[in-house]
This record gives sequence, structure tokens and C-alpha cells, in this order.
Amino acid sequence: MTLLEVKDLRIEFPSRRGTMVAVDKVNLHVNPGEVLGVVGESGAGKSTIGNAVIGLLEPPGRMAAGEVYLQGERIDNLSDNAKRKLRGKRIGMIFQDPLTSLDPLQTIEKQLVETILLHLDLNENEAQQRAVDLLRQVGIPDPDHRVKQYPHQFSGGMRQRVVIALALCAEPEVIIADEPTTALDVSIQAQILELIKKLCIEKNVGMMIITHDMGVIADVTDRVAVMYRGNLVEEGPTAKILGDPDHPYTQSLISAVPRPDKRLDRFPLVEYIESAGDAKKSLDVANHWLGQARDFGDHYTGPLIHVENLYMRFLTKNSMFKSKREYFDAVKDANFEINSGEIFGLVGESGSGKSTIARMISGLYTPAEGSIYFAGTDLTQITTEKKRDYFRRQMQMIFQDPFSSLNPRKKVLDIVAEPIRFHGLASSRAETETIVRDLLDHVGLGDKAALKYPHEFSGGQRQRISIARALATRPRFLICDEPTSALDVSIQAQILNLLKDLQAELGLTMLFISHDLPVIRQMCDKVGVMRHGQLLEVADTEQLFENPQHEYSQHLLELMPKLSNVKAA
Amino acid sequence: MISFIVKRLLQSVLVMLTVAFVAFALFNYVGDPISNMVGQDTTFAEREQLREQLGLNDPFIVQFGRFVGKAVQGDFGLSYHHKQPVSDLIAERMPATLELSFISALMSLLLGIPLGVYTALHRDSIISKLIMTGSLIGVSLPTFLIGILMILLFGVVWRVLPTFGRGDVVHLGWWSTGLLTESGLKSIIMPAFTLALFQMTLIMRLVRAEMLEILRTDFIKFARARGLPKRSVNYRHALKNTLVPVITITGLQIGSIIAFAIITESVFQWPGMGLLFIQAISDVDIPIMAAYLVMIALFFVVINLIVDVLYFLVDPRLRVDRVSSGR
Amino acid sequence: MKQALKRFFDGDLWYSFSHSPIVILSAVVTLLIILAAIFAPWIAPHNPFDLAAIDIMDSNLPPAWNEFDGDIRFLLGTDDQGRDILSTILYGARISLLVGFASVAFSVVLGVGLGLVSGYVGGRTDTFIMRIADVQLSFPAILIALLIDGVARGIFPRELHDELAVYVLIFAIGISGWVQYARTVRGATMVEKGKEYVQAARVIGIRPGTILFRHILPNVTGPVLVIGTIHLALAIITEATLSFLGVGVPPTTPSLGTLIRIGNDYLFSGEWWITIFPGVALILLVLAVNLLGDWLRDALNPKLR
Repeated sequence: MTLLEVKDLRIEFPSRRGTMVAVDKVNLHVNPGEVLGVVGESGAGKSTIGNAVIGLLEPPGRMAAGEVYLQGERIDNLSDNAKRKLRGKRIGMIFQDPLTSLDPLQTIEKQLVETILLHLDLNENEAQQRAVDLLRQVGIPDPDHRVKQYPHQFSGGMRQRVVIALALCAEPEVIIADEPTTALDVSIQAQILELIKKLCIEKNVGMMIITHDMGVIADVTDRVAVMYRGNLVEEGPTAKILGDPDHPYTQSLISAVPRPDKRLDRFPLVEYIESAGDAKKSLDVANHWLGQARDFGDHYTGPLIHVENLYMRFLTKNSMFKSKREYFDAVKDANFEINSGEIFGLVGESGSGKSTIARMISGLYTPAEGSIYFAGTDLTQITTEKKRDYFRRQMQMIFQDPFSSLNPRKKVLDIVAEPIRFHGLASSRAETETIVRDLLDHVGLGDKAALKYPHEFSGGQRQRISIARALATRPRFLICDEPTSALDVSIQAQILNLLKDLQAELGLTMLFISHDLPVIRQMCDKVGVMRHGQLLEVADTEQLFENPQHEYSQHLLELMPKLSNVKAA
Repeated sequence: MISFIVKRLLQSVLVMLTVAFVAFALFNYVGDPISNMVGQDTTFAEREQLREQLGLNDPFIVQFGRFVGKAVQGDFGLSYHHKQPVSDLIAERMPATLELSFISALMSLLLGIPLGVYTALHRDSIISKLIMTGSLIGVSLPTFLIGILMILLFGVVWRVLPTFGRGDVVHLGWWSTGLLTESGLKSIIMPAFTLALFQMTLIMRLVRAEMLEILRTDFIKFARARGLPKRSVNYRHALKNTLVPVITITGLQIGSIIAFAIITESVFQWPGMGLLFIQAISDVDIPIMAAYLVMIALFFVVINLIVDVLYFLVDPRLRVDRVSSGR
Repeated sequence: MKQALKRFFDGDLWYSFSHSPIVILSAVVTLLIILAAIFAPWIAPHNPFDLAAIDIMDSNLPPAWNEFDGDIRFLLGTDDQGRDILSTILYGARISLLVGFASVAFSVVLGVGLGLVSGYVGGRTDTFIMRIADVQLSFPAILIALLIDGVARGIFPRELHDELAVYVLIFAIGISGWVQYARTVRGATMVEKGKEYVQAARVIGIRPGTILFRHILPNVTGPVLVIGTIHLALAIITEATLSFLGVGVPPTTPSLGTLIRIGNDYLFSGEWWITIFPGVALILLVLAVNLLGDWLRDALNPKLR
């Protein structure tokens, strides 16, 4: 018998601009002991399904049609109070961000005991005992002691374990997990997924995991449902969907996932997604504005970037007395070179110092110690702004978050024109505008984009604007700081293709920063692996992936989600 | 905890010194203190002698040190206008102002917080909308106009409440209270309400805004998803979190009640410090102005200290060592 | 331009404005009062400052509809000197609005400037500015305004003070209000400063001053507009309060607060109109402005949408 069944679900969000249909005609079911994955890109409506099942759709959202059954019993038409009694008791829920999911003012024990007493017929002492047992089950060391602590005393991964313990309080039959590992680092993600798998088998609960991450799907699910713009396009066993999908959307989605096992020249062309094209016409680089002035006059032939004994310190505790101040070394003794025309990758988990290095090279941070040579000149020794400007023009940066990297109050024209105007690269207003339009066209947006504002574009399109802005100084060195980590995979594939094309066309040298190993493998010639501010290993990409030397590199590669190793059925 | 309190105490001392400096500057540089003390017919030599006596020719830092030293003992010199020690004048008026402020603060908290919680929890109900509109009118009515309107209605038209003064007071040692006599109680109703109304609406709107913010957070959503009953979600989780920021601002508001009492006291001829101060401004009676300034600052600093300690008790994130939180 | 207008009328702000009758009414009332104040010399039935036109025999006349003493020339009655109440209200609103707008402008310039610098530069500058703000915040605006007025009385001789009273008042109310702008703008600046578009500008080489004014300032105007509107209401109240307490503008050029003060003396003898009509005008103005501010705050708050 199916545990949870959703029939013909339709969810609407009425607004003054008409009714938005978030989900339509969706049929799903979960069996006991089974993990169902619901996968889709942003805007596919997958999260609203989870909220609709537990009866917590955020107003004005509403369930316009459909039925929800739990163990054959219809639950969507129950009274609010009856629905509330199901939540936690029979259907558990896990949310995305463990840092905000717990009440900061109450101890873990209080929150657990409150939930236990509500759903189970136990006395206070038994509930406390159960709270400790639950923490032990979800793998929190020293639970007797830690149960008395407050949420802020736990790390992100530990908090997600506490959240899982809270969801398990009353032994629910079904658990709905909404992006349970998205906010976590790779190694923590692996642990949490391992825990979820284990609990499903041990307790024979049914689970619905809602995610955008194909790696998670491959890792833990038995069956997958693929959502596209509010509709269910395909559903089937995980191995079948990942290995041999029927629907063209699923096919393109899977081909867009970066492969960890071998490097491809480009991502297979992704139709079906967003209408922005690639860099359409190839440029006559020698005659085009972008190609001009590529001779930087220094006739330098060595490595373009050379970083020597680089340190960065942040003050963590200020004090009136110098000796009492405490510092945190974000980067410790980094040394590497980037040759002209090469894409150099930096990989590591959050807080490893990879972005800090990028910021020091681009001049956003001043290093505590060490040197950064750009074409033979030590940037840390430059004193005048004018001299710095000379190097700034040759070096540009693309940022992570497409929603904050463009000034919302400025037109795209002004955003892209800013570097041209500042560095005086065009002789007239008209010329500036022509260049900007041409750049926008070249990154696949079309020249009409110039007169619009950033909010009129999607995340992927905004990232193209960022790229156009970075190209506008005609740089020879481009820093990409997690340029696609905020994007859906299909958009990511487009942007990475664009970056590859531009790099080849203009002979750019690049520093490419990512936490995502498969992306690194597809993009980079050389890679540096970072942890706790230290550069542990620098190697050619193929060499690193085939034969990692450092223990930590081996560990990271092991954790890397692979679509090929689908959970054993 | 102790280091936190010590740090706050040091900051408070710094604030008090800054205020004392402003008060001192008032004393010395606004008008000529000598000509404010002596008559027209005093000779130049006599003036110079007085100047020397009062130490007005000493170096700046010495004078300031002497001022602070005296102020700590409550000595602010003689009032230019009343020719009495400022400390006596203030001590005589203080109970009236504190009683009025205390009753108003109580009223505004006891009404403001529940109303704020109610309007946040029942955001779309008719009653909430009425209360919110009413609160806007409350914010828009200048305190003195509320006072005047109340005097007109209760004092002139219906003649049920006294329109000025404190009524009969009882002396308990140096403290005089109007809360023990019928006329005293009747007299405090209108001024206290007038003073409380503005603060009440502010507190109510603040509580509502904070509560709405908290109700949108993930942990409230997660609490609902665990099936916790409404009562527990709203009061045990949401309200407690709301109170953290509310405590600070409420502290500031309560402090400002004492200063806002100036207006109320003026409308109702309430014989408190505010009335004394407003007269001092008209008369340019600098010693009273300076003393009042320092008094108000002292009240604020003390209230802020209490607020900080409360904060500490409510929010565990402040209580625990930073060291252990890294795990 | 045409495109910008179209964007505005398609936008959420215009939608929420045009769908709320109370907000439209507030806007109309505010606009009417402002226009009436500006054109007071042309629309007021009398000139209350023309001493030759005032007759002491007309003093303390009740409103025109009073069957005993009502005089059709004085629609809302007259005050103790025989001045027409309606006309004094129109002229008084002029002073009230002038002081209100000017002191808000003063606060905005000071507060936004210091807030931008404090938030962007950080470090000691920030600590210094915010410490001053903290100390000033220990004193309610009205007390600071009172003190400044008191000091001005001590410094300037009496006749000069009367002449300068309006400017002293603008300065006093303005300086007592900057802290809120500074704190809000500082917070917003710190948020914007961390955003990647500012970092992108820095990577290009744009200088801090340009970043502050061209990039960050336009992005922090929303909250400033909201505070500014609510502060305008507060500044008008403060001016009225000070004038009522007798330390604001002198009775020779009365504002709404001064009129209420004058009338207060006659309240007990039954001449209620001298106080009540200016009071109603004041409440209407402040309420309308407050309603606008309240609406703006909700409409500009992205979280509530």
C-alpha cells in the first residue's frame, strides 16, 4: 500500500497580475521505506508541493485542486486542527537552512521535549530520555551534555542533525525534506545524506526529498520525479531517469550536469531552457574593439600571475592593546603561478580561503604579507592610484551572486559602460554606446538589453551582463569567483560554455574559483586544492582527478557526487 | 557577565562625562555667570573678586574637574532666578515627575505590548485595522493638544476631574506622594494618560512590527511543521523572540517619558522638574538647565544598564563564551 | 522620460497608492494644506499682520454660525486681538510647514551624509560618529530642541532672538533629528557595501566618493524617504509643541502652535474656537502626512509584498 499519495495537485498564487499556477496536475506517491526524489530547477514549483502536503502553504498560495492521501486516508480536506495533529506526528518536515530552523532562545532539550510531549504519551522524564536517545541516533556526540545547549552552540551540520531529530520525535511515517543539504558543505552534505539513508532503512519511513541537485538524487533516492515549470514531466526509478531519460527536458537537464569523470570540450548544447543563445558570431578578433590594444606593451613572457608567500589576516577580537588582539589567518603562505592563456582553478569548502585569494589579487583586500606579481610587477608595492588603474584595466572579476552584482538602480547600458568611461577607452558617448551594445550582443543578450534595468533579467542573463562588464576594459586576466554556483545547472552549462568560448577567442588568462569539483574538471587546466587557508596541492587537472596526492584531495574526490553510482536498489 | 557589565559601566561613565561637559560649557560660555548673579550696581572690582572666588580664572581643566566633583555630590550651585540651591529645587520637584512618569510607563507597557501582539497575530482582522488606524491618530495628536482636549472635556464641559496641579500630597520623609489621597489620584489620571498615549502607540507599533518579522522566520515555520499548537508557536516561541529587540527600544522610550513630561507638566501645571525646566529656559536660568540635563542623562544611563542586564538574561547567545560556540 | 513614467504607473507603488482611498485622501489633504499655505496671502480673507486692518473691537468673536455674536466676515471667529482665525491658520500653516520642511531637509543632509561616511569608511570614524549618535539618542528630540533654544536665548539679545527665532527653531529641530537617518543609512550602506556590485566598481577602480554617491546613495533612498515623511510629521509636532511651550516662534508671527497657546488662555472662559480650529488644522496635517509615511513604509518594504 502506498504511504503518501498526491493526486492531481494544483497550486495557485493569485495576485493582481493574474493567477500564477505554481503546480498543476501533479501525481506522486511514496512507499514505506522508499526515498522519492523530486527534482527540478528554480521556479519548477517543487517546494510548494511539500508545503501543500503538510497544509502549510504560505498565503496567498492555495491548493486549487487535488487530493492528498496518507495511508489511504484523505488528509487535505481535514480541519486545520486535525491537520496540525498530523504534522510532526505522522508527517515530519526538514527545511533547508539549519541555521535558522531552530528557536535561538530555547535549549535543544526544551524544543525536543515540547515536541515529544505533544505527540507521545510520555512523562517529562521519559521525554527527556527520549530527547537524548534521538540526539544519539542522529549522531551527535556526548548527547547527555549537548542536549542542554542552545542552537548557536552547534555547527551548521550538527544543527541539521538536531533538525532531523526534531522531525523524528514522534516516529512519523513520512518525512518531507526540502533541500536538506543545500546550505551545507560537501563533506557535511555526505554525512547528512548518509544519516538520512540509514534512518529510512532502520525506521522504514517513506521519504520525499525535494532538491535541485542531481548528485543528491543519485546518492539517496530510489525513484525520481522530474518537475518542469509546475508540471511533472517524468517519473521512474532513479537508475532509469539518470541513465536513460525519456523526456527531452530530463535529457537536457542531465546532460547539463558537469561530468566528474572526463573532460568535455563544451557542454552538450542545451535547448529547452532559456532562450538566450551562445556567443553567436565568432569575432574577427584582430579587427574588433575587444581584440584591439591587446598588446600591453610589456613583452612579458613569464607566468602572468605569480603569488609568493601570500598571507591574509582578519581581526577577530579587537582590543585597545596590540598584544591582546586576536587574528584569524584566512590565507596562509600561498604560492602559485598562472601562465598566460591558462585557466587556473582553486577548489575548497566554504571558509577555505579561495575567495580571499581572488580578492587580494583583484585589490579588494590588502594582503598581510607576501607578493602578487602581475606580468612581473609586484602589485603590493604599487602606491599611486594612477599606477594601480593601469593594472586594474588589465584585470577584471566576475562575481557569484547575479542578483547583487549589478546595481539595481542603473541601466544595463550604464553598468557595462562604467569601466569604459572610467578608463577612458572610448572617445565619445556614441562610441561607448556602440561598444556596449556590441558587447551585450556578443555575450548572447542582444543589443536591446542596453536600455533595460537588471531586474528585468533572469539570473543567467544577469551573469551575462556581469561578463560583458568585465570584458569592457579589454582585460587579459579574468577572475571568476564561483560564477555559476547561484545558477540552475542548465544555465550553468550555458554560462560555462560562454566563458570557455570567450577564453579561447580572446586568449584570456583566468583564475576560476569553485567548490564544485566536476565544474573545475570541465573548466580548468591546473587546480589548487585549499583547506583552512592553506594551499595543499597544485596539479594539472587531469592529474589531480586521476591521481590525487594529498590526503584531503583524495577525500574531496571521494565525496564528490557521481551520477553513475546510483544507490543500490 | 561581569566583564560585560564593567564594559557597559565604563561606557556609561563616558556618556555622563560628555553630558557633564556640555552642561559645564553651558554654565561658562552662555551669558556671563557673574552678571547673572550680581545686581546692576556691583563694581568692576567686586565682580573680579567674585570671579576669583568662584575660580572662574582657573585653567579650564581645573574648573571642569571642580564642576564634575560638585555635580557628583549633587551640587549645581544657586539658581539665578530662584536664588536657591538647584539641588533643593530639583529634590522638591522630583517625586512629582517620577510618579507621573512611572504611572505613564506602566500604562503604556501594559496596554502597548498586548495590543501589539494582538494586531500582529490577527493581522487582517477588523479590530486590528481599527487599532492600527487609532494608533496612527494617537501618533498624530501632539501631546499638548491631547492634554488641552482632555481639559476641555473633563475639566470644563463635564467638570469631573481637576485640570491642574497634583491635588493633596502626603509626605513620606523627603518623598511627597499624591497616590495616597483621593484628590491626588484624581489629579494624576489626565496627565498620566496624556503622557502615556504617545509612548503606548509607539510601543504597540514596535511590538507588532517585530512580531510580524519573527512570525516569518524559518524556526516558526518549522515549529508549525512539527504540529506545535498555535498557542505555543505564538507565545512560547514568537513572543519571547520578539521581546529581545523590544526591550532595548522600550527602555529608550521609557526614558524619554521623563523628558516628555515637560510638555504634560506644562499643560497641567504639574509641579515637577519639567515645569521647573521650562521656566528656566524662559528665564535663561543656566544652573537649572545644566542640572536637569545631567539628571535626565543619569536616568537614561541607569535605564540602559537595566536594559542591558535584561538582554543578557533573555538572550542565551550573549551569555555563553564565544570560545565554545565555534564547534 | 516617457518610459520612466510608464514604469512608474505600471509599478507596485502606484498600484498600492491608487487602490487605497485613505492614502489618496491623505495625499489630497496634504497637498491642499501645502497649497493653501503657499498661497495664503492671496486666499486668506484678511491679513492678520496688517495692524491697520485689525480692530480690537472685533476681538474674541465666535465662529460665523454662532447665532448671537457670529460675524460673517470672520468665518471661524477671531482671537484676542481681533485677528481672523481662518487667516491666522493659513498664515500659521506657512510657518509650521516652512519649519517642518526646512528642519527635515537639514536632518536629511546631515544624517545621510554622516551615515554614508560612517557605514562606508567604518573603523574609528564609524565608532566616533555612532558614539555621538548614541549620546544624543539618550535625549529625546524635544529636549535637545529646548536646550538649543535656551542656549540661543542666552547668546542673542532679546530683539535679535525674536528675529532669528525661526532659524533657531529649524536648527534645533533639524539637529535633533539627524541620528535616525544616520543610523538607518549607515546600516543600509554597510549592507550595500558588502554587495558585489560595489566590489565590482572597486575592481574597476572607481574612487570611494563616486561609489558612495553614484552607487550606494541611490540604493538607500527608500528608507530615507520613509523616515523623512514620518519625520516631517514629527517636526511639525515638535515645532507646534515648542511654540506652545512659548519657546518657539514669537507671537508676532504665529505658527499653529502659537495660536493654540494663545487660545489656551481663553479655554476656561468658553472661547474654545481660538484653540480648537488651529488644533484641528494641525491634527489634519500631521495625520495626513503620517498616513502617507505609513503607506510608504509598507509599500517600499519588499518583505511585506
